[in-house]
Order: sequence, then C-alpha cells, then structure tokens
Amino acid sequence: MTSADVLLVALGAVAVGAAFRVVRTPHLVRAGLWLVVTLGAVAGVYLVVAAELVAWVQILLYVGAVVVLLLFAVMLTRAPIGASADLDRPGWAGALVGAGAGLGLGALLVDAYRWHRVPAPVPGTAERLGSELFQHWVLPFEVLSVLLLAALVGAIVISRPERAES
Amino acid sequence: MHPVIPYLIAAVLFGLGVYGVLTRRNAVLLLMAVELLLNAVNLVFVTADATVQAVLPASGQVFALFVIVLAAAEVGVGLALILALYRRRASIAVDEIRLEEEVVEEGVTA
Repeated sequence: MTSADVLLVALGAVAVGAAFRVVRTPHLVRAGLWLVVTLGAVAGVYLVVAAELVAWVQILLYVGAVVVLLLFAVMLTRAPIGASADLDRPGWAGALVGAGAGLGLGALLVDAYRWHRVPAPVPGTAERLGSELFQHWVLPFEVLSVLLLAALVGAIVISRPERAES
Repeated sequence: MHPVIPYLIAAVLFGLGVYGVLTRRNAVLLLMAVELLLNAVNLVFVTADATVQAVLPASGQVFALFVIVLAAAEVGVGLALILALYRRRASIAVDEIRLEEEVVEEGVTA
C-alpha cells in the first residue's frame, strides 16, 4: 500500500458512501447535496491518478453547473421540504439488478487486474491533453459543439409555454 | 499504484446508479442516479488511461471530457422535459406517466 493507494481507498469510501445516500435518502434536496460530495470525491480520485484537467473540469461542470441545474429542477417542481415517503418504488427488483451489475463488474475487473502494480502515472498537464484533443479528436470535438447547440435550442423549445400556438 | 482500487470504486458506483435508476420514482432523482452511472464510466476511462499504454496517449481523458459535456447537455434537456411534464401533470413521478392516454388527449384537442 503506497500513499496513493491509501488516498484512493479513502476517497473511494467517501464517494461510495455519499452515492449510497444519493440513492437512498428520503430528502430530495439532500440527495443533490450528497451528489456534490460524490462528485467531489471522484474528482479527488482523478487528481490521484494524475488527470488534473479532468478533475477541475469535473468540479467546474458537474459540481458547479449540473448540480445547480438539478437543484433548480427540485425547486421548480415544488418539491416538498423534509422527508417524503413515496420517493422509492417498492420491491426488490431494483436492488437485485443493481447489486448484480455492481458485483458482476467488480468481479470482472478484479479478475482482470488482481493486485498488479503499475508505476505512478506522470502528472498530465493541460497542454498534453489539449494537443492530443486537437490533433486526433478534432472532428468529435466539433460534432460535440453542434450537439451542445442542438441541446440548447431543444431545451428552449421544450420548455417554452404552449400558448404561443393559440 | 494498484489500478484495481479505482476500478472497484467505479463498479460499486455503477451498481448504485443502476439501483437508483430502477428504484427512484421522482424524475429529478432519476437524473441524479444517471449522473452516478456516467461518473462510474468516466472513472473507468481515466483509470484505464493512467494504467494502460494506449496507441494514442491521453485519449481516455479526452473521452472523459466528452462524456462530461454530454452529461451537461443531457441534464439541460432532461430538466426541460421534467418542467414540461410538471406543467402538464403537476407531478413528476415517472411511473404515473401514461403514454397512450396522452395521444388520445392530443387528438381530441387538435
């Protein structure tokens, strides 16, 4: 166990514990706040495996924008304050499928990697990632910008009030 | 560094996300569980990039960036859909949506 491993285990425990609260808590707003903890811990894992730019983009976009959007959705749909009893569907099917997916993937990955060690990755700079992005992945990058524009226009069209027709 | 640790974290996050998607009734909580799924996939991408010698270096991180952008677009459109649903039904419980009934309603009003 190196110090990187200890950090990974600690951050992973935080991420998994908070994710469990996200899918189990009866408070709508608290689910959003636990999601912030999960995403922050995952960003910490990115930092440990030397993906600095991805970690900061994660903080900026996920914690900064996506969670705020989700909390807006909670507020705009007039979610009740406090615990609500009817947030979960009854039954064990979801737990069974979720546990099956998690355990299956975990078994697959543990079997593939065992307890192998790899040398600590070199700290990646944004320059290296940027040159890679604009040398080999230019076309997907441009397509993605078109997709963002389409999503923007689509969101505006969908959420527009309908009285414009009449 | 033992790469199996972040991989295991990703597997557990994915399982929790699947559980959330299948169990939650509120559409906003459903979106949160989908975010957990996307984060698990991102974690696998970034860890694979740090541990496997790929033909194109750093492409795992590039994929992770793409997935983050897609997640942002998905949440934007998802929020618009949830608001439209709420305006129409005053409820965003996903198991109360009746698709067939909606079609008939449209035909009558049009």
